Amino acid sequence: MLTVKTISRSFGDRRVLDDVSFDVRPGRMTGFLGANGSGKTTTMRIILGVLAPNGGAVTWNGAPVTQDVRQRFGYMPEERGLYPKMKVAEQVSWLGQLHGLSAATAKANTDRLLEQLELTARAGDKLEALSLGNQQRVQIAAALVHDPDVLILDEPFSGLDPLAVDTVLGVLRERAADGVPVLFSSHQLAVVEKLCDDLVIISGGAIAAAGAREELRAKYGTSRFELVTDTDTGWLRDQPGIRIVDLDGPRALFDLDVPGADQQVLTAALGRGPVRAFTPVVPSLDEIFKEVI
Amino acid sequence: MATSFASATRLVATREIKTFLQSKGFWIGLGVLVAGLFASAILPSVFGGDRESVAVVGPAAERVLSGADLDVREVSDAATAERLVRDEEVDAAVVPDPSGDSATGVRVVALDDAPTDVLAQLSTAPPVSLLDASDVSQGLQQLVIMVFALVFLIFGMSGSAIAQSTVTEKQTRIVEILVATVPVRALLAGKIVGHALLTLGQVVVLAVAAPVALALGGQSELLTVMAPALGWFVPFLCVGFVLLAAMWAVAGSLVSRQEDLGSTMGLVMMLVMGPYFAVMFFSDNPAVLTVLSYVPFSSAIAMPVRLFAGEAAAWEAVLSLGVLAATVVLTVLLASRVYAGSLLQTGGKVALSKAWAASS
Repeated sequence: MLTVKTISRSFGDRRVLDDVSFDVRPGRMTGFLGANGSGKTTTMRIILGVLAPNGGAVTWNGAPVTQDVRQRFGYMPEERGLYPKMKVAEQVSWLGQLHGLSAATAKANTDRLLEQLELTARAGDKLEALSLGNQQRVQIAAALVHDPDVLILDEPFSGLDPLAVDTVLGVLRERAADGVPVLFSSHQLAVVEKLCDDLVIISGGAIAAAGAREELRAKYGTSRFELVTDTDTGWLRDQPGIRIVDLDGPRALFDLDVPGADQQVLTAALGRGPVRAFTPVVPSLDEIFKEVI
Repeated sequence: MATSFASATRLVATREIKTFLQSKGFWIGLGVLVAGLFASAILPSVFGGDRESVAVVGPAAERVLSGADLDVREVSDAATAERLVRDEEVDAAVVPDPSGDSATGVRVVALDDAPTDVLAQLSTAPPVSLLDASDVSQGLQQLVIMVFALVFLIFGMSGSAIAQSTVTEKQTRIVEILVATVPVRALLAGKIVGHALLTLGQVVVLAVAAPVALALGGQSELLTVMAPALGWFVPFLCVGFVLLAAMWAVAGSLVSRQEDLGSTMGLVMMLVMGPYFAVMFFSDNPAVLTVLSYVPFSSAIAMPVRLFAGEAAAWEAVLSLGVLAATVVLTVLLASRVYAGSLLQTGGKVALSKAWAASS
């Protein structure tokens, strides 16, 4: 398990991280959410040792992260970049060797990854000859080539088309299934919602919420229901224990003030005629996000 | 298995070498250099220099020179002929030899080395008197200085590729991945080693091409006289290159874009050109040359030159090399700190003080 423990960091007088702590658990995809400038990239750079924290520490399985440990991390920085004039396969396999692989293993891993990321046909091209989306896939390959123990990905999906997102997602899921902790940041909430197991939400350099996605939903989401009948639902205004959010003819959206009031609403609705739909509305990440920051 | 410092350095160095061997610019540069070498060796003999001038005294001398392809000036006595030689108005003088040692009854007088071109024109070689004999002739010393200074210049300037490659890594931001993977010092060491080998390779090419070029130009004897001077030049050059390489790397790390490179490269360029011009300019001033032979940067040229001229003892060379090596160690330590501090800072030019503070 990768543990970030009470790290803080200032640039000059500006404090960008304040007492940040969270865990990235093995085999789980952890989404790292935050607005622009909230400290996501700084946190990731500190995990990778590219920046030093002013206080606190990062540990891997309880031990401090040294250069040797870090070499087994896979990192995709927010500011993308590889050597533009180096050939794709050559570049990925060189980075693999830099991470400690033998030349043969690096080559084998590169071939396998390029195949998975549908880049085999471009293996011998210079990076600069590829489209931006394909360059992004190469960047993913560069982060994965050494079969890392931990994956830290800064905005891995930005700049990818929906098909590419699925391809990359498949590759990442496979790693997570193998027990690798995966931390990825994003500001595309819909994407994160679809694929993360755990969530860390950072705001203004401090952790606003952290935990399993479902727990956070239960904790921060309101209990909201949608009711659809054949007739006007205006009678709900007089129903006790609930608060109307939206009312539109036969369709109504309401929050519970009293637990169990939903069942009374259902009984009352059935008493007045057919009920077409009665659904709990799960709060989206968007709503949780707005709630906590 | 973790990458050791050495293997990280090796990987970085290998990549640098490969990249440059694949670039057109590298081969064009080398081609121009080789072409220049051939041109400077062959062209003078094609166009022909001035004819050698000789002052002659007396009928015996005129007889010896009859039929020779020389610019002959008749003078009245041996003293006048000697004065012309000393004033370098003529290359040599042929005067009567009263001692009787000479079969032809004449003697050749020259300034500081036997005038082979003149002698070659004579049917039988008469004895030669030198007016200002020294271990190494002035002309030869000038030549050695020129060759050493030029090689230093080539070496020093080729280090600018390190600045280029550093700024490329900053501009493309791959530097963040590199820094997260291997120690910054391995990155710096790899670049220096890689480019030193590249430059050494170019020098080897020149060294192989030089005898061929000189033979084609009919100047093979130059090589034989230069050879002993090279022994000391090589270590000085190698250590000096590391010194410049570290500074080139810093120059590259301080900016974020290729376009801004000029602003930081100026100082390093001066440190390369300065010694070149200083040694060329003060080559006939032993006092200044002695000082230059201890100052790092210029010592790489000046000390081997002084050794070649027989003006410096071996211990002086060792001392000067020691001073240079100490400067290298210090500079590399300072440079790697600045390099590490500025590598991840982007956006415009990084102030040295800021780079220094960033890595503390």
